[in-house]
Amino acid sequence: MSNILELKNINKIYGTTVKTQVLYDINLGFKEGSFNSIIGQSGSGKSTLMNIMGTLDTPTSGDVVVDGVITSGMRASQLASYRNRSIGFVFQFHYLLPEFTALENVLMPYRIGHKTVPKETTDRAKELMKLVGLEKVMNNNATQMSGGQQQRTAIARALLNQPKMILADEPTGNLDSLSTGTIYDLLRDINERFGTTFIIITHDRKIAEKADRIIEITDGRINMDLMKNN
Amino acid sequence: MKLSYQIATRFLKSALTQTLIIILGIGIGVSVQIFIGSLIQGLQKSLVNTTIGNAAHVSVTDDDDGFIEDYEAVIRSAVDADDRIVAASPVLNASVLIEKDGESQSLLIRGFDLQKAEGIYEFSEYLDEGAMPKADGEVLLGVIARDNFELSVGDTISLITPDKRTVECTVSGFFDYKVAAPNESWCITTLPTVQAIFELDDVASAIEFQVDQDLVFEADAVAKNVSAAIASGSDTLVVGEWKEANEQLLSGLQGQSISSIMIQVFVMISVVLGIASVLAITVMQKSRQIGILKAMGIRNGSSSLIFLFQGLILGIFGAIAGVLLGLGLSFAFTTFALNPDGTPVVPLYIDPAFIALSAAIAVVACVVASLIPARKSSVLNPIDIIRNQ
Repeated sequence: MSNILELKNINKIYGTTVKTQVLYDINLGFKEGSFNSIIGQSGSGKSTLMNIMGTLDTPTSGDVVVDGVITSGMRASQLASYRNRSIGFVFQFHYLLPEFTALENVLMPYRIGHKTVPKETTDRAKELMKLVGLEKVMNNNATQMSGGQQQRTAIARALLNQPKMILADEPTGNLDSLSTGTIYDLLRDINERFGTTFIIITHDRKIAEKADRIIEITDGRINMDLMKNN
Repeated sequence: MKLSYQIATRFLKSALTQTLIIILGIGIGVSVQIFIGSLIQGLQKSLVNTTIGNAAHVSVTDDDDGFIEDYEAVIRSAVDADDRIVAASPVLNASVLIEKDGESQSLLIRGFDLQKAEGIYEFSEYLDEGAMPKADGEVLLGVIARDNFELSVGDTISLITPDKRTVECTVSGFFDYKVAAPNESWCITTLPTVQAIFELDDVASAIEFQVDQDLVFEADAVAKNVSAAIASGSDTLVVGEWKEANEQLLSGLQGQSISSIMIQVFVMISVVLGIASVLAITVMQKSRQIGILKAMGIRNGSSSLIFLFQGLILGIFGAIAGVLLGLGLSFAFTTFALNPDGTPVVPLYIDPAFIALSAAIAVVACVVASLIPARKSSVLNPIDIIRNQ
């Protein structure tokens, strides 16, 4: 299968006077439909890597190639619409909009890209809420849900536009182990059902081991890249 | 656009107290503007009305021998020339002496076409006692003259002309213009009476015109039209208007208008600064939301629209609150701050066009104020939010 995302010689340096290099010559390719995990100590540069993969941040040097297109040549509005269509983000802190209900939050990525929301989309949003087990609380305000429910809402939101790729940064970082297990099972399930590519950042080896591929980042370099053979 | 609007309303609703305080702030600014504006306009109207309300706004006199023979024709062509003229009357002014029991005083005897001049001087409105002159030889005097000479309705007075002839007239009534000069020295009568006293033909010494009350400041333009219209009839006729005779009043009014505008401008500036700073803080408060929306692919333009909509919504509600408050304040002022005779201490002039303009300026100002936060929102980089989690 072809690569959905490629990183070529990525370097990232923060600061202008005091320079801190966070990433060193990262070269990675991700296959469509794969389930990947990136592990590393905190401060290893894995979040920076994910932000660069998600086009939220730009590398100091090197290219991010999505669907064969180098992102550095794209305008801000093109990047915005690329993110909207092709990437679903799940952050450690759920980042729901507290002013909207769970269902409205799930619909948000669609509304950003379209003027009106057809009934099929609303139905799909409800379907996704059901998939993440939140059909009973979908009209609650984001603030009236537990941490696990909010994170599952964020996952449903990331899935709404049927993106090719989901980038998740410590999606279960602040959840208990029971919720963590449920969410990973859910992500795997989605990967198998829709063929969505997953790139999950975690510092928990046990979780990483559930993925098909484990990439370990140490001090800004790839320390290990392990493919599991099923 | 719809999404930006919805996000804007949700943001405003989520911090309802803050929103209401901003609206109140704008409202107070607008209400002060409306109140001050209405007050100054009211003061000016009342001042102008007191000064020239019962005086000719435009007058035609003859430069040659002081008499206008064909005054009816002049009136006709002037009235045809400018439809802002609402009343016109010929007048024949002259000086006489009134004498009673050895005391004498000079009077300005003014002969009008009383029916036509009613439109300018509103004699019947200011009649203190008695009735309007009905026949020739009947005159109206002011209340001060009445008291000076201890006169009453029906009395006969002796008027002495400059060439020492004595003419007797009957007092049909007394007027009170609340102004000393006419109350003391005017003697109002019919045009034929004055013509008869001075043994003149059917002439007038001047023609006086009243311009529509709301257009008094256009008297100079009216005078110009009148001048053009009557030029063909005679080249000795001169047209004058109240503005050239009242320059001090005009400059006073202008000073008042300027200070009123200054107050309004500064009130608006403080409102704008207030909104701009509050909205700028809102961008900070909502930066997490803006950041995640941007990560999800909202365009920079749409993210600024959120704050422009906030400014617009706050402006509209603030303007409504301001108009209500301003009208309430004006109503309270005219209802509770009264002179002993029940008239308001300060007459307010409620001008719907002015109020609409104030409201519109407030809305525009609020949108302008929201440009700063809109810009901030536009340049906000989602990575800064996500990195600083």
